[in-house]
Amino acid sequence: MAQTLINVKRNAKPGELLEITTLIAHPMETGFRADSEGKMLARDIVRRFSCSYDGETVFSAELFPAIAANPYIAFSTVATASGTLVFKWEGDHGFSQTENVAISVA
Amino acid sequence: MNPTRRGIVIAGIGLAVTLRLQAADGTTGDLATAIKTHTGGAPLREGRVRFEIDALVENGNAVPLVINVESPMTAADHVKTIAVFNERNPQREVINVALGPRAGRARIGTRVRLATSQRLVAIAQMSDGSFWSGGVDVIVTLAGCVES
Repeated sequence: MAQTLINVKRNAKPGELLEITTLIAHPMETGFRADSEGKMLARDIVRRFSCSYDGETVFSAELFPAIAANPYIAFSTVATASGTLVFKWEGDHGFSQTENVAISVA
Repeated sequence: MNPTRRGIVIAGIGLAVTLRLQAADGTTGDLATAIKTHTGGAPLREGRVRFEIDALVENGNAVPLVINVESPMTAADHVKTIAVFNERNPQREVINVALGPRAGRARIGTRVRLATSQRLVAIAQMSDGSFWSGGVDVIVTLAGCVES
């Protein structure tokens, strides 16, 4: 399991803009680099990130090798109702990780 | 008439301006091809897309990048996708995001690798299907991506 950091306000008012920042520990090996013997290192990146709010995808991103190691992604969503934000990262070599954050809206 | 010193200087400025305009256009070579593939050849309009990035980057390995798109982000009028392209990394694509009215605001942030000084272009697709673009030129003093 890779380490993740998710920053979002847990208690919000209806209609409030929630700023979300996420970070996941991942090398994001580009596939364009050679090791000390001159052999190309295989690509190993997070290819897809998505965030769903009570089952509906509110944000998703397709990542490429140009994204720096330990991908940081900042976006926003509008607080509608109390529920769960599900963050999902998927990548090369079967990499997959999911994190849940419960937020209360009142 | 022999070329005068003044004539040569003016011609030089004219040439520099021409080269600069070509660079500012930013849609040459495979960058243009990548953008065309993304938009499917649909007309591209300049504006509404704004970059927030340092013009001079010391380390190209992790460059903070924010993209802001002007949009009310309502169900009737919102940004559907934002795609970022680069000019001189090994691969033209940087990130493609999909968002909608529930985002509340069309602003995304990430950190990118830049192999060298180059131009970045972001394309936003609106809910009415139109494409808008914005670009920025970045100078990189220490390259990312290609180091061993």
